[in-house]
Amino acid sequence: MASPPVLKPRRPPLPWYLVVPAVMCGLGVAGPMAYLVVRALSIESDELRRILLDPRNLALLGNTLLLCLGVLVVTLILALPAAWLTARTDLPMRRVFALGMVLPLAVPGYLMAFSLLSLGGYVGAVAKVTGLVMDEPIRIAPIRGFWGALIALSLYNFPYMLLNLRAAFLSLDPTLEEVGRSLGRTPARVFVSLVLPQLRPALVAGGLLVGLHVVADFGVVHLMGYHTFSFALYERYSAVDVPGMAWFGLMMIALAGAMIALELWLLRGLRLHRVGSGVARGRAVSRLGWWKAPAVLFLLSILCAGVVMPTATTVFWLFEPTFASAGQLRDKLTDAVGDSVTAAALASTVAVLLALPVALLASRYPSKRALSLERLAYMGYATPALAFALGLLVVSISVDRLLVRSGETWFYQSLAVLVYGYALHFMAEAVGPIRAALFHATPRLEEASRALGHGFVRTSWSVTLPLLRPGLLVSLALVFLSVMKELPLTMLLRPTGFTNLAYELWDRTNERLYADAAPFALGILVVSFVFVGALLVGESALERKKQ
Amino acid sequence: MHYLMKFTLVTFAVAVVLGSLTLLPSRAQEAAEPAVATITLYCGRSAALVEPLVKRFTEETGIRVELRAADTAQLALALTEEGNRSPADVFWSQDSGTLGQLASRGFLDKLPATTLDRVPEAYRSDEGSWVATSGRLRVLAYSPQRVKEADLPKSVFDLTDAKYKGRVGWAPTNASFQAFITAMVAMHGEEKTRQWLLDMKANQAKPFPKNTALVAGIANGEIDLSLPNHYYLLRFKSADARYPVEQTQFEKGDIGNMNNLSGVGLLKTSKNKDAALKLIDFLLSSEAQQYFVEQTFEMPVTRDRIATPAAMPDLHEALDKLPAVNLNKVEDLEGTQKLLREAGLI
Repeated sequence: MASPPVLKPRRPPLPWYLVVPAVMCGLGVAGPMAYLVVRALSIESDELRRILLDPRNLALLGNTLLLCLGVLVVTLILALPAAWLTARTDLPMRRVFALGMVLPLAVPGYLMAFSLLSLGGYVGAVAKVTGLVMDEPIRIAPIRGFWGALIALSLYNFPYMLLNLRAAFLSLDPTLEEVGRSLGRTPARVFVSLVLPQLRPALVAGGLLVGLHVVADFGVVHLMGYHTFSFALYERYSAVDVPGMAWFGLMMIALAGAMIALELWLLRGLRLHRVGSGVARGRAVSRLGWWKAPAVLFLLSILCAGVVMPTATTVFWLFEPTFASAGQLRDKLTDAVGDSVTAAALASTVAVLLALPVALLASRYPSKRALSLERLAYMGYATPALAFALGLLVVSISVDRLLVRSGETWFYQSLAVLVYGYALHFMAEAVGPIRAALFHATPRLEEASRALGHGFVRTSWSVTLPLLRPGLLVSLALVFLSVMKELPLTMLLRPTGFTNLAYELWDRTNERLYADAAPFALGILVVSFVFVGALLVGESALERKKQ
Repeated sequence: MHYLMKFTLVTFAVAVVLGSLTLLPSRAQEAAEPAVATITLYCGRSAALVEPLVKRFTEETGIRVELRAADTAQLALALTEEGNRSPADVFWSQDSGTLGQLASRGFLDKLPATTLDRVPEAYRSDEGSWVATSGRLRVLAYSPQRVKEADLPKSVFDLTDAKYKGRVGWAPTNASFQAFITAMVAMHGEEKTRQWLLDMKANQAKPFPKNTALVAGIANGEIDLSLPNHYYLLRFKSADARYPVEQTQFEKGDIGNMNNLSGVGLLKTSKNKDAALKLIDFLLSSEAQQYFVEQTFEMPVTRDRIATPAAMPDLHEALDKLPAVNLNKVEDLEGTQKLLREAGLI
């Protein structure tokens, strides 16, 4: 007997103009992953058995998960109060703090680890500040291993959590809490039972970025001597063992895939927007009263650890004699600032533009297929940068092989491939904030504008872009900061002769040329601070004009 | 046209155009330049350290050098993937092991005898596919406050003695250390090397990520002795003359005195081999050798007489103490890593 036909609600078909760009981005991300698969398949079976059955993998997996969990907990402990304080209270200089809390993102991981390690010890910052450089070493052992990695990673990753939580706090409808309180619940219970569930999407989105970052990190865990999966990848790579490297790359991607699946599971069936008529009221402000001083102190100490400490370390370096002459360093610094800013500005713009269709698709046509395209962007982010760069290297040189008969390189080692490499790798950072902004932007407004007879340009300029602006700016800032400190993509894909601040810093610290490295470290920090500052100041100026 | 469609297509087109525009300047620049000889140098050594030397070469010969600096392993990977499309003419490696790997995979051309003969036989490949440019000695660094001269070990094998328990630092993940282990296998065989690694581990040797950390670890009082390359301490001392670490070598012929070679090879894909060879010869000139000694604190490798500054280990004494190991065999990095993995060190 035939079963009765089941009526399924028909979903609207996905529009091609969103699917085509999104699929193209997806292919850009999938290309490097396909490279890993191809190289992984070329491995000899004995070697494969050794890699897969190595009991060390379990230890590495355990280490990686433990560190992920630790960093998630610490970033949450730092970000949750900081987000609430800067979003929902009468904290003095709220905007300044909100800006300051983003700045640790500008600090390259290896610089953070390095300054943490050099706090104690013979030439450590503590010794320098107190003037206690003596023949007897000062017995403040540097923090290493798990705890060192935990602190360093948390200090510069917590802004991902904070940005998401703060946006969520700002958009929370205070009516809900008032209802809770009017029903006689204590503020603590209101927070736990009503506010926290509302924060779930933000927590999950921030947590995912932080988690993926920890999995992919090499700079910090290497300096701290804590072995995670990325360590095994780098070890294969240092032996120029491509198939072995590809297998560890794929294992890391699988781990990231599991985290993304966990995210989707945590967000299943979530519906948080208002139903019914009426609009959400503006933000509610809690009065801090006597708590102002401890609150300010809390935020200041985060800033001290995350921004002042690494900056101070590099300033100390300036007092040593340099290897190169001041003139040589100045010329190099000028080149590196120029190249860094060019690449970061281009890449962040391209990343945001590429992220738009992906975010639009995921927010306006939420279906399995649309979401899986969006998740692909996260996979690109989760692919270890070194493997991603090698994948793009092979893709771009293959294009050259096909198109350029003369044997010259056109695409390979061109700025274009570097810019697309950055943009595709960091697209995930751009998708999130744009999606969040789209949440508030209903398509009706654009339709209204068109109905009023406004043309395409005017509607885009005066309706769509302003609605998306907060999200676009955060996306731009996040990708810009990431590009400023990126290393493996830069080193493998850059045009010969192109340099940037991150590379020059890394190169000099490696050779223990700290005084020579200092200007480049400060360069990264200053350029990033100025860029983020300009974005946020511009944003608040526009905000005021609107009012 | 539908608004959202227009909006998406326009933004996507802008992204594509914006990214692609960056293809133009490099093309235009190349076309505009007069036909000077240009070679591309893949350089696994620190750009900050070698750039002045490369500039000097251009001044002397008029040959332009495109310096592409990265990790030695990164460049070797890039060369492997580039295949016959590689834009590189010369590969300058931080360590001879990677050169050996590339040679055995058929990437390197044979160098002319006139070039090879500038260095002693120990400093070039048996097949003539690479030649050393400078050396970095493996040394024993120690704290003069906490280790009496009489207590210094005679051989690297003595470090497994109970009196050094928990006092020695090493860097199992570091490329120079792994090259040293490869050399130890070549000289003493796998069994003895494995035993030494296990004994060191049992003697609580402390792992550090790299050479600079091994030197700083002594100054910080975390360890009393360590096994770095010789020139990092000289950098610390030039920043702070009172830096509380000293270094010495083991007895004559000990594998712990190994000379880690940095070297250079000519790529088969080179389109300008004459100019590329001129660069390789330049790196072996006494001018370049003098630069290594004075600026990067490395050991010279050519037959020329090079004066070494007082801070450096005495050249002739160091040469006299070198172990009798054929550095051509120092290319089995995968084997070394396997050994280190099995010993639970990496």
